[in-house]
Amino acid sequence: MDKTLSINEAVKLVKNGATVMVGGFLGCGGPNKIMDALSESDVKDLCVIANDTSFENLGLGKLIVEKKVKKVIASHIGTNKETGRQMSEEETEVILVPQGTLAEQVRAGGAGLGGVLTPTGVGTVVEEGKQKIEIDGKTFLLEKPLRADIAIIKGSVVDKKGNVFYDGTTKNFNPLMALAADVVIVETEKLVEVGEIDPNLVMTPGVLVHHIVCTGGNE
Amino acid sequence: MDSKQAKTIIAKRVAKEFKDGDLINLGIGLPTLVANYVDHDIDVIFQSENGLVGLGGKPEEGKEDMEITNAGGQPVTIKSGGMFFDSAYSFSLIRGGHVAATVLGALQVDEEGNLANGMIPGVMVPGMGGAMDLVTGANRVIIAMTHTAKGKQKILKRCKLPLTAPKQVDLIVTEMGVMEVTDKGILLTEINPEYTVEDVQEATEAKLIISDNLKNMEI
Repeated sequence: MDKTLSINEAVKLVKNGATVMVGGFLGCGGPNKIMDALSESDVKDLCVIANDTSFENLGLGKLIVEKKVKKVIASHIGTNKETGRQMSEEETEVILVPQGTLAEQVRAGGAGLGGVLTPTGVGTVVEEGKQKIEIDGKTFLLEKPLRADIAIIKGSVVDKKGNVFYDGTTKNFNPLMALAADVVIVETEKLVEVGEIDPNLVMTPGVLVHHIVCTGGNE
Repeated sequence: MDSKQAKTIIAKRVAKEFKDGDLINLGIGLPTLVANYVDHDIDVIFQSENGLVGLGGKPEEGKEDMEITNAGGQPVTIKSGGMFFDSAYSFSLIRGGHVAATVLGALQVDEEGNLANGMIPGVMVPGMGGAMDLVTGANRVIIAMTHTAKGKQKILKRCKLPLTAPKQVDLIVTEMGVMEVTDKGILLTEINPEYTVEDVQEATEAKLIISDNLKNMEI
């Protein structure tokens, strides 16, 4: 089964109004080439779930600048002024979530859990509208799982079955999101033959990956 | 005292709070400076919540690896014995009580140990990132900040800005002194000899309790 797609073919899989998880942390480990192409496409009204909205000129940040997004669920938007402007002028809905909570919501979505109980956010604005549950005398918030129609992630090295190795701090939300969406697209600069990645280093198994976009010339 | 001198004093004093083998998370800005003053005889391991423990110094110019970054998106290095991980693991370390201390700045902190360091509604709403999880989960929360902001008091009877977390602050270190948050209020335990107790009280809205063993600030 050939999983490889061109960037343009990958972009066409993202439908108007889709919920899209995007890996990366301030662009590190982000599928920045696919984001570039998506920001130049006709897609609109996306709901994006990501750690942050990157910088205005990098990856997911451009998607915000090009107004492809109507809703953002993220832990931090401070590095992209355009997200803040769209939020304060109510052009884009922004839901801010503590980073550890967001990671657990995505993990729960991918792991078949009904949610997680976290102490983070108790006694702050984050608790508004959420169920509080006491366990052994300690108060927790029930945070519901998150899933997406499509997850777009980045791998440092990917083999032709879609097995992914993430170098350094590029892991962040990528392996969590690979479990939490109906369709998973991985961008990589380095596509290798099956068997070239040590199984000990594979962090996302190829069975989870539907499509591979290679942006390097190493195919 | 200029701002640079003040920040150096604060960073040097905070560094004395760490013990051999501690896992520490430093916030962005002034808290980052603390790493420069840790005693060379002890082994302190720094975490960066985007996905590593064993945070090292800045890479040499020209040797930056954009797949090894810190929580501000800047290229960093990892020390031998370090490890990379994903965001769910990173926040398991944080919420799970494995981080000995987090050092953060503050907009406001109060005599109950409540902390506001994330937003000013209508003015600055960047998102909490990992701060809420860190303040909730770290074993000790150390606030490293200048005592006032342009003459405005920051150590208050009650925080007025939205909270990052209630009742989590353990220690406040400023250029004027060191204060512990206790059940009875804020206890001044060390004072910078350049100031009098009256000076410190005047710069503080909360009523300070003066320790019977008030010492000169160890710098």
